[in-house]
Order: sequence, then C-alpha cells, then structure tokens
Amino acid sequence: MNMALDAAVNPEQEVARDLSRRALMVLPVFLLVGAFFDGLSGAASAALALTLVALNFRLGAAIIARAMAISLNALYGAVLFGYLFRLGLMTAVVLVVRNGEWFATVPFAITLLITHLGLLTWETKYVAASLAFPGLAPTDLKPQE
Amino acid sequence: MLNVLAQTGAGEMLEGLKAIGAGLGYGLAAIGPGIGIGTVVGNAISSMARQPESAGMVRTTMFLGIAFTEALALIGFVVFILLMP
Repeated sequence: MNMALDAAVNPEQEVARDLSRRALMVLPVFLLVGAFFDGLSGAASAALALTLVALNFRLGAAIIARAMAISLNALYGAVLFGYLFRLGLMTAVVLVVRNGEWFATVPFAITLLITHLGLLTWETKYVAASLAFPGLAPTDLKPQE
Repeated sequence: MLNVLAQTGAGEMLEGLKAIGAGLGYGLAAIGPGIGIGTVVGNAISSMARQPESAGMVRTTMFLGIAFTEALALIGFVVFILLMP
C-alpha cells in the first residue's frame, strides 16, 4: 500500500506554494481595493485575509503531505480533522482581531472569498494544462545540451 | 428564564438572536463541505489504492477538490463575520 506514498515529491505542497506565490502577485491589487473602500484599515484587513487564505492552503497541504507519509487511512482522518482545525483557527484569528480599530469587516470578507476562489481557479487552469500536456509542467532539471 | 428574557431590552435581545443566528449559520454551512471533503478524499483513496502509479495526479486533483469544497464553508464564515454583533 505504501508504494505510492514513497514518492519524495508532495504535489499538494507544490500547488500550495504556487498558490502562495500567486497570492503575493495579487496582493497589491487587493491592498488598493481595500484602501479604496476603507482607507488604511481596509488595506490591512485585505492583507490579513490574503495571508489567511495563503496560510490555509499551506497548512492544508502540509497536513495532507504529513498524513500521506503515514498511511492512506491516516489521510482520511487528517483531512477531515484538518478541515475542522483550519476553520477553527481562522475563526479564532478573526474573533481576536475583529474588535481592533484597524479591522474592516467588508474588505476582509470580500478579499477572503474572492482570493480563495480566484486563486484556486487560476491554479486549476495551470494544473489542468500541465496534466493534459506534461511537457508544460515546470521541472528543476536543466535542459540537456 | 422567562423572567430574564422579559427583563432584557429589545436591542440586547436582537443582538443575542443575531449571534445565535450567525453561529448556527456557520455551523450548518460547515456540514455540507464536510460531507463533500469526505467524498473527495474517499474517492481519492480508493483510486490511489487501485492505481498507485497515478497517486501524484490524484493527490493534486484531491487537494484542489478539497480547497474548492472548502469555499462553501468560507461563504458561511463570511456570513458569520458579517452577522456577528
């Protein structure tokens, strides 16, 4: 059963890393939109939302990779409890900061939803292309001369 | 209990009901994605068990599927934030 699990690469972590990179790319846009809606607090809230989205992806991927190294059965439990844990963590962060003067709810909520779905859609397009045409997938190997 | 309720002002009652509604909404919104994630992971595990050589592709698809399913819970989370008094 473990033969598939011996793979040194963790594709979900690569995807999560890619998603974080894309989140950094769109960060200035959401900072501007947040600032437009609510000034400095809007920009800070948008930045917090984007950070939470990226951390959520990274944590999810890390949990899956760790569980895959144990067994397929562990994967089931880890993903479901990881889901609860990540939602709880996100809720805890928001409950802690929501009474702060710098926290603006609407820019935070908009950024959280749009970036989560938008980044995923963006990544899915790329993943679909590299699955259909494996030659397009980037590798660390240097081309042979 | 009824005495306590009778002594609360209308505003306080409204705030309390809002908080209860927000919490209930968030909890209910998390059920669907939980079921969805279970389905995604269950199918991914059975396909990895049948075809271990395709594990890489399955894991990538599974991760994206989980993240997409989770977006439903995030909608509930956003409603929770907006409703919380």
